[in-house]
Amino acid sequence: MRRSPPQKPVDYLPIAFPAIMLGVFFVIPFAIMVAISVFERVQGGFYEPAFTFANYARFLTPFFGKVLAFSLGLAALVSAVCLLIGVPFTYMLTRLRRGKQVVWLIALLGVLSLSEVIIGFAWSTLLSRTAGLSNLFVWVGLMERPEAWTPGFAAVLTGLVYQAFPYTVLVLYPAFSRLDPSLMEAARTLGCSPARAFANVVLPAMRKTLLATFIIVFIFALGAYLLPQILGRPQHWTLSVLVTDQAIYQSNMPFAAAMAVFLVVASLALVGLSMAITGRKGAAGV
Amino acid sequence: MSGLELVDITKRFGTVTAVDDITLTVADGTFVCLLGPSGCGKTTLLRMIAGLEDPTSGDIRLQGERLNDTPAHRRNLGMVFQSLALFPHLNVGENIAYPLRIRGGSPASCEARVRELLDMVQLPGVEQRAITQLSGGQRQRVAIARALAVSPQLFLLDEPLSALDAKLRETMQMELRQLQQRLGITTIVVTHDQREAMTMSDQIVVMSKGRVEQMATPIEAYRKPASPFVADFLGQANLIRVKRADNGASFDGGFIPGLEVPAGAESLVSVRPEDVIVTSSGNGPVQADVVFVREMGANIEIYLDAGQERIVALAAPKSHGDFQVGARVSLTLPPDACVVFGAEGAH
Repeated sequence: MRRSPPQKPVDYLPIAFPAIMLGVFFVIPFAIMVAISVFERVQGGFYEPAFTFANYARFLTPFFGKVLAFSLGLAALVSAVCLLIGVPFTYMLTRLRRGKQVVWLIALLGVLSLSEVIIGFAWSTLLSRTAGLSNLFVWVGLMERPEAWTPGFAAVLTGLVYQAFPYTVLVLYPAFSRLDPSLMEAARTLGCSPARAFANVVLPAMRKTLLATFIIVFIFALGAYLLPQILGRPQHWTLSVLVTDQAIYQSNMPFAAAMAVFLVVASLALVGLSMAITGRKGAAGV
Repeated sequence: MSGLELVDITKRFGTVTAVDDITLTVADGTFVCLLGPSGCGKTTLLRMIAGLEDPTSGDIRLQGERLNDTPAHRRNLGMVFQSLALFPHLNVGENIAYPLRIRGGSPASCEARVRELLDMVQLPGVEQRAITQLSGGQRQRVAIARALAVSPQLFLLDEPLSALDAKLRETMQMELRQLQQRLGITTIVVTHDQREAMTMSDQIVVMSKGRVEQMATPIEAYRKPASPFVADFLGQANLIRVKRADNGASFDGGFIPGLEVPAGAESLVSVRPEDVIVTSSGNGPVQADVVFVREMGANIEIYLDAGQERIVALAAPKSHGDFQVGARVSLTLPPDACVVFGAEGAH
């Protein structure tokens, strides 16, 4: 393989296409959004160019602080739950025979093909009192009478975890398939029960992957704006919901843009922070 | 009964029988090599001893006590894996101390023991290094030190030296043998390298297709192979089909005077290349043509065609000039150097 750095402009050609796509569809829209975030709203109209931090100042209130804290907390909780289920699941999955692994992976990819709207309404039906899962539990004899589990925080969490779970597994899967199975066996021959070996050999050896997965799911959950509206009450709405609300229903583009920029900056800061942590500890890593 | 006993051990994976009814005994303090080609069941056998696989049937006993139902982590053994399986998130000292910490050793006692173990594997002062900072040979030593940290009853190694280059491998073989003799620990090594097995072991267990072909001391297995497979697998062997004749045995390319073989069907005879005597002149009992000469430095390998049989002989380098490709030479196969197998391959 050729490892020398590119020398002529022609050498950069292979990355020109992705670079242009990234520029046109991410950098330029983001720049426009940053610009709009310092514009001024025109009452009853749209917005006009200006340079003001008033939009940013507006969410330095307890209300937006609470919404931001709730959004970050919800995203963190979704990530944690996804890892809690996803790590044992993926570990078991990689221990299966190849053929069975493929079936599971295709099923998970199937979930990805569902739109957020379908997932939202499916869960709101499943958790409803009239047609939901509780009827099944009543029929089996586990419950007295059917209950409504939506709207509510648990419903929002369930929907988001369901949606993020395939991503969790897909990010964990390559690392877990590459994991040397003899690490676990070595721990066992050294006097460690299987559960303990998993906790203090497999998990630490995988900590970079776990952190990366946490960040990806966290950012994914931070951007969710449909499920909190379908499955939650207003107090379960995230910052993304408010962005949508401001942009579409209140026609306050500058304020929506400011919140979106803030959300992106918060996400990037988190990614940077975790990269700094892994970079420092990475020397001894896998 | 002391030592490790395997009684009628069979292991099946689905329809595949990996280990087929093996019974063998490893005496205390001996060094045993399980030797065989890949897929012969040697690693599966070792993993069953370690408790990483359950035998389909049969008993594993250590000092007379049945071990089958004891999980791996309670078997008090040390194992070195082919991949070494050093924990990437721990440094050298933490890796070696791991089994001690699991058993609740105090930090001070662990530290002292780690120092002792690193001295033992001749790698002092590397406690704080990351695993990635070590060379292949050093990692090998760390893996050995970690496996021996709790002074286990059994020391198991699965192709431990396969990742090292040839020179280092030979050094490590000798060191491993010396270490084992110093500690007097019962050791079982899986290898496919017959030189490695010859170098290190008290006993060699030659395996093929899930069965034990022969268990013997290295020199006995080499001199008196129990089957054509063992003869061929341990070093080089000329396997020749012979028939009984007057005062000896005859084969397609000639005659072996004085060799007794069973009457009737053909027998298989094994002769080591170094036992074949090649002379350029005279009318010996076997006439052969030189087809290829391989100079190996210390000696030369001469490939000969005697009738339909291909015979390899080893000769001293000074005789090289006498043997040119295409020359006709005469061979002597000394009868006392021949091992005769019946039609079935047994004695």
